[in-house]
Amino acid sequence: MKSLEELAKIRERMAGKVALREGENSIRIVVGMATCGIAAGARPVLNALVEEVAKQGVSDKATVSQTGCIGICQYEPVVEVFEPGKEKTTYVKMTPEKAVRVVAEHIKGGKPVVEYTIGNTII
Amino acid sequence: MKELSLNILDIVQNSLAAGASHIAVDIAETGDTLRITVTDDGCGMDETTVRNVTNPFYTTRKTRSVGLGIPFFKLAAEQTGGDLTLRSTPAGESDDHGTVISALFYKTSIDFTPLGDVSSTLCTLVQGLPDGTDITFTHSLPGGTISLDTAEMRAVLCGVPLSTPDVIVFIKDDLAAQYAEARALK
Repeated sequence: MKSLEELAKIRERMAGKVALREGENSIRIVVGMATCGIAAGARPVLNALVEEVAKQGVSDKATVSQTGCIGICQYEPVVEVFEPGKEKTTYVKMTPEKAVRVVAEHIKGGKPVVEYTIGNTII
Repeated sequence: MKELSLNILDIVQNSLAAGASHIAVDIAETGDTLRITVTDDGCGMDETTVRNVTNPFYTTRKTRSVGLGIPFFKLAAEQTGGDLTLRSTPAGESDDHGTVISALFYKTSIDFTPLGDVSSTLCTLVQGLPDGTDITFTHSLPGGTISLDTAEMRAVLCGVPLSTPDVIVFIKDDLAAQYAEARALK
């Protein structure tokens, strides 16, 4: 690694925010990262979600995490959104472009993008 | 898999599932060959399991009865004329337990899968890395060695999570700078 000083700057910038963050983010965005997901293109989807959550300023209410095989390999890349008190939303056949819209409309706006969900996708 | 870097991402999931506290991802490149080695100190596998894991119809998962991670990796190596080796010591047998999986590729083969975006694989791995696990990465090229060490990063970050978006961007930029330097010296 090259510049650890840069990392020290990040630490100073983030120091105050970490405590605040832990209590508040309640939405969980989970990406299936088993062989099936990875082969279908989950890596760019995950990276797009991480990037958009930060860029659209919703990192205080949502976290992105990874899981194994969800069991519906033919629908990969699969992204599940868990919100407290609500039913789970399952997005299928995801792409980085779709991920941008999911963060904007669902995570930020509170309205799931119905056309990307499992019940509305023809494969 | 379209890129070997995706195979790496997939194979490391096995080390995470094995509860490893340290995972080493090493890529060694010469003019004609490329070797990828993943070493972990996880729970390891017994002899029967080691024999079975290259069989696509063997899996430990409950959702389906196929497991293609290691078979895909093996195929990618063998189709270039290379091979895959696997050594494992189960936790019950020795304190020095864990698994080493290593694949050799001939880059000159028409069936060689490109290595692809290793930096993206590392960002993805670090983003999802559990608290008790660290990764070291090295990629030796004729022009120099690229490296990453999450334990060293954690020591500087003092509690700021590795999954923080700024940290992921830092890794991406840092690796890009290291690769640019190694390739310039080639």
